[in-house]
Amino acid sequence: MIIGSIAIIALAALLAPWLHRWLGWRAGYVLALAPAAGFVYYARELMGVAEGRALVSTLEWLPELGVSLGFRVDGLSMLFCLLITGIGTFVLMYATPYMKDYALRGRFFSYLLGFMGSMLGLVVADNVILLFIFWELTSITSYLLIGFDHDRLAARKAALQALLTTGLGGLALLAGLILLATAAGTYEISRMGPISGDHPLYVGALVCILAGCFTKSAQFPFHYWLPNAMEAPSPVSAFLHSSTMVKAGVFLLAKLNPIMGETALWDTLLVGFGGFTMLFAAYLATRKTELKPVLAYSTVSSLGIITMLIGVGGTYGTLAAMGYLFAHALFKAALFLIAGIVVHATHEKNTEKLGGLARAMPFTALAAVVAGLSLAGAPPMLGFVGKELLLKAGLGSANAIPAIAIASVTGVAAALTVMAAFVVVWKPFFGRKPEHAGHAHDDAANNDDASNDHGHHGHGDHAPHEAPFTMWIGPITLGVLTILGALLPVYFVDAVVKSAAHDVLHNAAAIEPVARTVYEGTSLAAFDMLYISTPLLISLGALAVGLVLYVLRKPYRATTELLAPIDRVGPLRMYHWALDGVVALAKRQTRFLQNGSLPIYLRFVVTAMLVLVGVALLRTGGLGTLRNDLDDLGIVEGILVLMMIAAAYATTRQRSRLATIAILGIVGYAVALIFVLFGAPDVSMTQFAVETLTVVLFVLVVYHLPRFALFSNRATRLMDALIASVAGLAVGALVLASSAETSIAPISWYFNEHAYPAEGDPAGRHYAYGRNLVNVILVDFRSMDTLGEITVLGIAAIGVFTLLRLRPDREPFAEPTGAATFGADEPDHKRASQGEGERPHREGSA
Amino acid sequence: MHTLLAIAAGVMFASGLYMMFRRSFVKLIIGLVLIGHAANIVIFTSGGLVRGAPALIPAGEARLPDDPAFTDPLPPALILTAIVISFAIISYTIVLVRRAYQAIGTDDLDQMRSTDK
Amino acid sequence: MNSVILRTAARVLLPLLVIFSIILLLRGHNVPGGGFVGGLLVASAVVLYAMAEGPRKARAIMRIDLQVLIGIGLLIGLAAGLIGVAAGEPFMAGLWFEFPAPGLGEIKVGTPLLFDIGVYVTVLAVCLHMILSLAEDA
Repeated sequence: MIIGSIAIIALAALLAPWLHRWLGWRAGYVLALAPAAGFVYYARELMGVAEGRALVSTLEWLPELGVSLGFRVDGLSMLFCLLITGIGTFVLMYATPYMKDYALRGRFFSYLLGFMGSMLGLVVADNVILLFIFWELTSITSYLLIGFDHDRLAARKAALQALLTTGLGGLALLAGLILLATAAGTYEISRMGPISGDHPLYVGALVCILAGCFTKSAQFPFHYWLPNAMEAPSPVSAFLHSSTMVKAGVFLLAKLNPIMGETALWDTLLVGFGGFTMLFAAYLATRKTELKPVLAYSTVSSLGIITMLIGVGGTYGTLAAMGYLFAHALFKAALFLIAGIVVHATHEKNTEKLGGLARAMPFTALAAVVAGLSLAGAPPMLGFVGKELLLKAGLGSANAIPAIAIASVTGVAAALTVMAAFVVVWKPFFGRKPEHAGHAHDDAANNDDASNDHGHHGHGDHAPHEAPFTMWIGPITLGVLTILGALLPVYFVDAVVKSAAHDVLHNAAAIEPVARTVYEGTSLAAFDMLYISTPLLISLGALAVGLVLYVLRKPYRATTELLAPIDRVGPLRMYHWALDGVVALAKRQTRFLQNGSLPIYLRFVVTAMLVLVGVALLRTGGLGTLRNDLDDLGIVEGILVLMMIAAAYATTRQRSRLATIAILGIVGYAVALIFVLFGAPDVSMTQFAVETLTVVLFVLVVYHLPRFALFSNRATRLMDALIASVAGLAVGALVLASSAETSIAPISWYFNEHAYPAEGDPAGRHYAYGRNLVNVILVDFRSMDTLGEITVLGIAAIGVFTLLRLRPDREPFAEPTGAATFGADEPDHKRASQGEGERPHREGSA
Repeated sequence: MHTLLAIAAGVMFASGLYMMFRRSFVKLIIGLVLIGHAANIVIFTSGGLVRGAPALIPAGEARLPDDPAFTDPLPPALILTAIVISFAIISYTIVLVRRAYQAIGTDDLDQMRSTDK
Repeated sequence: MNSVILRTAARVLLPLLVIFSIILLLRGHNVPGGGFVGGLLVASAVVLYAMAEGPRKARAIMRIDLQVLIGIGLLIGLAAGLIGVAAGEPFMAGLWFEFPAPGLGEIKVGTPLLFDIGVYVTVLAVCLHMILSLAEDA
């Protein structure tokens, strides 16, 4: 059934384009049934999972190798499954009217559902390789979604940036997961036990996995891609940046917490990076004035909070991580959807030019207020519960980083987040609309990307109006859940959050008998937190400071503007610098190594080969003992070999083509004679015949070939002569070494034994019945090779024929015309008279 | 004899390589031929050199005598096919050079790099 | 090379060389020779003929399209291998059959011989096809 829930979404993704063709723009409502069905399934299983009965489903893949596709839904996965399918359903309903005017609606829904299925696969996969595959699928599908408006440069760049950053992290993750699996001895996460920090692979696995998780979850210094990814249409932002894509990193951190989380290194890194990201991103959020960038940086900040909380760990830290994660998914999804509605209706995304929308769109405003309060962490919202837990966990932290530091940083970040919440909710809906911004439209059009969120623009003046039901129902429902969950947690929040936290807590195994009840004493109800305590005081203080900052936002922004130069040396610079560097390097190495010149390629190949042979010769101790065998030299052999040497050298000096061919013939015939002298008559005969045919071949074409020309200068020729000489030395050394080396027994005794039966031997079929061993080898023992070789011959012949006959300027397979070089086909014996004299003179001929 | 053949193989290989380094397409073919010969010599000597004793089982015998030694039949068998194959390769290359020369009008290998664009 | 001596020599030599090549082919299993050498020899003989009479006439005396002949040669080689398979042996296993021949005693015919014939035909057709194509194109 787990597989079924993924399969139905994948099927919907495949059918999306056709459904859009048949049903028009309303097809999105039908498609929303797929995640809705998944949600119903997981919601029904929630209680069982909360009681500790994880859903398991295994698909045998390669049973012989013990490879199976394991899926497992425990408390943590259940939390994500519900968020993905639940919010996914609302996002599809919302996107249906939102994307109405897009031409490529079908494709959009296909991508979105493909992403949804990948994300669902990621959170239910039990095998780390399977998890990685789904992880990469989310990277690829999110690339397609972020760059969906592919005719805009900004969207393409943002998509590429997200893909490169998360893709690079994905590579590191793969390495980390393999190290982890090696250390743990299994690829199934559910079977991995805790890994000690002393394990030699631990640090390597940790660094690689953190690189993967931090890039995906946009932790500093990889936070830059997330705000840029706001180029995506709003439903995509709402889905990717609330409950899915960016949460994949923190999901994996939480998943691995019981396995890798017992070390101080893990805790310190997570708290350090998470805490800094939380504060830094919250600050960046307050500097933005446009809706989606504020929300984007606030998302980065929230991800920092969750990362930090996983590092803080302990009963409270873990519970806070899951509680905040759940609360954040609800309110952030709602806020992104609302931002989409606002921009859709007003064609304006700068909050300073918006105001008073509450009257025109009451439902949206209501949802915005609830979600905004939750973001600000005001009671009685789920966000308040999350933040109380967070402060409690921070104050009680036993981390290497002091609790007081964690708590105060959290307090500052909370205040900044409150200000951001006012900017995105209060200002557009209840703030005062500036007089001169009546035609903000034109500014936006100049801005180009103001129109990215809607398919149509350029309408004249029109009053903002309430969005259709299917667009605001999502935010409203999420808002209702935000309130209900905080007031009456026993209905679902307890089951979802506590069982998730239980599975993340790394010493859960130690307290197994009471495991499911470990959090029972902890109330998640908002009213139970409203008593005078340090966390509550910090919360109230943050609310007050945030409100003041909002009121004084103009001087605040002016002040922080002074710090802007710091941004120029930020990680985004590094990203561009690295990207340009890679491109430049690729260009240079291509120009250097793959310049299209065959001689240069050859020089590289030969030099590399010489280095390898040289190293091998030096390592094995050179040539071994060399025999001096020059004394038994026969006179005929000696003369033949000297001829070969002289002729081979002469080819390099010769300038006439015809003379070169004649000299080549001398080499060939001399080699043939050597063969016959040393007991290889078959080879010798073959060599004679081939040599003859080769000369004929050369003579046939020689006058059609270009004359030898001198292209290279003296220095190049000297260098080539040097390389060639060293290579020649190496070949000579190889011959000597092979004759000195006799430790390898020849295999020819087998051929000798099986060639011919002895007299009186019962003639079995195990003999080849041949006395000429060379021929027997060719046609019997190694006949398969020979068959391959004659096939190659056939192909070469057809290749030659084709090259000669099939030309653009000639009818295919036409009868050859024109005079032949030899023969009497033509009655007038017209000779082909393209003599050397007609060729352009390039070099003095011999 | 090994030493002398080693020198011969080395010189043929070096000459062939030098010819292949030249930018002229025709020299490339000549280099190819020379390197083919050198390779055959290398293979041939690796089986040991025995004068005038081909691997032919004498009539009435079932196998080659152990003494005197005979030429190992495997290297000749390998070389035999190599010779015929290299003939095919040389033919193909020659035709290729001809066609390239006709089509492009140059035999400078460095001039040909831009032709496949 | 339109010379009377060459023409006469080529006409006389051609059948002799063909017969010699067939002897090389059939005896190759026991004495130096075989399909490769035999095929090359016939090719050389026909090239000699082409030098005297022209490539078109040389193709004509072959009486069969050389490209088809390449295929026939390869099929013979393949068939020699498949006979072993048909007899339940591995591909390319050598099988021998003895025939009593009047006056000659027993004649042994084996699949390696058939395979060598395939090699002979292929090599001869390949070399001729290449050289004659070039000669025609020259």
